[in-house]
Amino acid sequence: MPKVKPHRTSPSLDMTPMVDLAFLLVTFFMLTTKFAPEETVVVDTPSSTSEIKLPESNVITLTIDKNKRVFFGLDDDKAKVATLQKVGAKYGVTFNASQAKAFGNLTNFGVPIGQLGSLLSMDADQRKAVAKTEAGIPMDSLNNQLIDWVMEARKANLALYKKQTFIAIKGDGDADVQTVQQVIKVLQEKDINRFNLITDLENKPVVTK
Amino acid sequence: MSTKIDMTPMVDLAFLLLTFFMLTTTFAKPNVMQLTMPVKEKNEDEQTKLKESEAFTIIMGENNKVYYYAGMNTAEAPADLKVTNYGPNGIRQVILDRQRVQPKTVILIKPDDKAVYKNMVDILDEMNITNQRKYALVKVAKSDQDLIKKSGL
Repeated sequence: MPKVKPHRTSPSLDMTPMVDLAFLLVTFFMLTTKFAPEETVVVDTPSSTSEIKLPESNVITLTIDKNKRVFFGLDDDKAKVATLQKVGAKYGVTFNASQAKAFGNLTNFGVPIGQLGSLLSMDADQRKAVAKTEAGIPMDSLNNQLIDWVMEARKANLALYKKQTFIAIKGDGDADVQTVQQVIKVLQEKDINRFNLITDLENKPVVTK
Repeated sequence: MSTKIDMTPMVDLAFLLLTFFMLTTTFAKPNVMQLTMPVKEKNEDEQTKLKESEAFTIIMGENNKVYYYAGMNTAEAPADLKVTNYGPNGIRQVILDRQRVQPKTVILIKPDDKAVYKNMVDILDEMNITNQRKYALVKVAKSDQDLIKKSGL
């Protein structure tokens, strides 16, 4: 008796819906997201139950890492370049066009203004290599460059967009409170009293009164 | 002749792009916690004085410890210092209990030198969770640090 052969169909299947889905997702991600900016320092933010979102634009970010260093960042490129020229003029440091352009692309930095020129002349890889040794922006009473950066950034942003800036403090969970308080104190001296602390989201627990 | 095209490479490409976009982009804006510091009063007389019965002090110590006491801490009458932690049964219950006893409680948050920023966020977060209206972030006083040392907690 001959063996009954099962009827074999070709294993190829129609992949069109899968391609459709994949491209739909690609388009979605391309349109709704923006590229993650490259961070100079890795900061592990603590979590809180606050659900307020950081505004899209006009944000000054002060990053504080666990080694007590403070980094300054501004989201807008044009305002950033204007800030650079103003602060540079105050400290008698000039920057050429390519350095200004590099500054516009920088998310944040943490060097005293004297070293900023050489930092801006470096390429991205070199800058990454020195990121660990950056000293942070000086903010003691004798040499307070941080407040100059913040004040000039606010002025530049106001002149360009007629909008006030938000100050966001992005601190590492292990950063010490003294440095954070020092930053707040420096800003309070210039009557800046509203701050946004960047945190991760956690669920709000139920509290019984 | 069949008109079917092998779409496998296309799927490969699509998913490669998908993975790339998922990994390199940021999706959500970070969350923020708003902190408004009191406007500095130039004239000291215009500052409102805090009543002893309403005052409640929280000191953030090292190793994630939280110290707290009610009322004032003076040399003549040292405060009754207690210690707790940041857990859900720790400082949160203390604040809630205090609010029940004294609804007008004003909490003074004092970070010690060895506290970490995470502690500060945690405490401010507890203020939100427990709906504490009045609180202030102040510098830790020498007398408070001495109290912690003396209590041995």
